[in-house]
Amino acid sequence: MLSVTALFLGWEAYVQLSGISPTALPAPSRILVQGIEQREALAEHSLATLQATTFGFACSLSAAFLFSVLVDFFRPLRRALFPVFIITQTLPLVAIAPLIVLWFGFGLTPKIVLVALVTFFPMLVALAQGYEATDRDIEALLASMGASRVRIFLSARLPSALPYFFAGLRISITYAVVGAIFAEYAGAAKGLGIYILNAKNNFRPDLVLAAVGVSATLTLTLFGATVLVQRAAMPWARLAESKP
Amino acid sequence: MSTPRLELRHVRKRFGDLAVLADISLSVRPGEFVSILGPSGAGKSTVLQLLTGALAGDGGDILVDGAPLAPGSHRFAFMPQRDALMPWRRVIDNTTLGLEVEGLSRKTARARVEPLFLEFGLSGFEFHYPAQLSGGMRQRAALLRTVVQERSMLLLDEPFGALDALTRREMQHWLAGMWTRHRWTVLLITHDVREAVLLSDRIYVLSARPARIVRRFDVPLAHPRPSAAAPQVAAIEADILKTLFHPEE
Ligand SMILES: Nc1ncnc2c1ncn2[C@@H]1O[C@H](COP(=O)(O)OP(=O)(O)OP(=O)(O)O)[C@@H](O)[C@H]1O
Ligand SMILES: [Mg+2]
Repeated sequence: MLSVTALFLGWEAYVQLSGISPTALPAPSRILVQGIEQREALAEHSLATLQATTFGFACSLSAAFLFSVLVDFFRPLRRALFPVFIITQTLPLVAIAPLIVLWFGFGLTPKIVLVALVTFFPMLVALAQGYEATDRDIEALLASMGASRVRIFLSARLPSALPYFFAGLRISITYAVVGAIFAEYAGAAKGLGIYILNAKNNFRPDLVLAAVGVSATLTLTLFGATVLVQRAAMPWARLAESKP
Repeated sequence: MSTPRLELRHVRKRFGDLAVLADISLSVRPGEFVSILGPSGAGKSTVLQLLTGALAGDGGDILVDGAPLAPGSHRFAFMPQRDALMPWRRVIDNTTLGLEVEGLSRKTARARVEPLFLEFGLSGFEFHYPAQLSGGMRQRAALLRTVVQERSMLLLDEPFGALDALTRREMQHWLAGMWTRHRWTVLLITHDVREAVLLSDRIYVLSARPARIVRRFDVPLAHPRPSAAAPQVAAIEADILKTLFHPEE
């Protein structure tokens, strides 16, 4: 926090003292003022980005969960599917984003597809790893009680995967925002990505940076939300200290 | 003579090239407390895995109440080597696990275990998480989870192995008291000679891998047992230790 403040102060001082043109490097104060002036446009575009992010992420989460269950119950599927998924991760966003826009148009769909594409595999891996981390003794215990495979999955493997799931969630949610902005940058009617592109083309680095600030805030907020959800979902995780 | 609750006849088991159990024969009668004592890695846990159905044997017979153990019958209540409490379940919901697997509703299952918390020294901790319990309490919770299943026999795999020496002694005496009252049929795995003598009616000493039964000790002392300092107890302990260190004599 302190270092961030110092950075901004230094930046402000440098711009004020050097007299550098605001079209090259705008001062933080100017970015803030311009950003506030443009708040309605920024809010509208942010909302579009937020929508793309959450829809895309919800789709990829559901798909990742579905596939994780599938590969957990049918092991051979894992070896068949994972190479395909890994290839999707090696596609460069810069190349794939315009193509997806070309195929799916300027609406919400291409953003959802791109967000899902960048977040699906990390979430799938996190879940699969989480299932594998299940305590063998707990599984043996359940089996000795006569529990079915479905029962063992629900009672042991799924809860064991929660910490891994949330770790994956925290990373993926930041990818998701970046993915949405990338898709918008490649072509969109609305969204922070297209806003940034327009501001750049109009030689307004202050508005570019204002949009960057907004997207950073958006990412941090989503990140914070996942931390809160994790705390609520895993109350036992923070209890180890208070022994009798 | 009544039919044994459990009888193993020349049971063998190997994992690929590794012969783990060479020849295991033992029997447990209803209401008896029997221990298997053996060196680390001998295959003690493997014996229990054959009984829970987690593994299939390579030879020999396992008889329960005189009939061969049917696969998937789940006749025994098993307590794994580490307590295997689920960190995400409250203590009470850990203890009801077996009942829930049997199909009881959470409410019915809770009602069944609640009265037992006092006897197990866990009252007031029903709604805590396992991470909030001490080592001894965790073991008592795991044992409670085991006994409420009301199976015909308890299989306990080194229940106190991970505890500090003081807590372990305390827990051994507590278990001795509990057993005197309930007379469960128990097969206990341990590598603690004193624990075996304090608790058991009969002790089977295993050799190192590939495991055979080296010797069988009957402990003809009444429960509750005299303290370890009593001469009869000390004599049995010495005898067992000699067998463990010099199995061939
Ligand atoms: N599923 C398995 N596959 C291959 N080897 C196994 C398997 N389970 C156990 N073993 C091996 O069998 C041997 C006996 O294991 P087991 O766990 O029964 O020993 P133990 O007497 O319970 O040891 P400890 O005192 O350490 O608990 C060990 O060498 C172990 O590595
Ligand atoms: Mg063992």
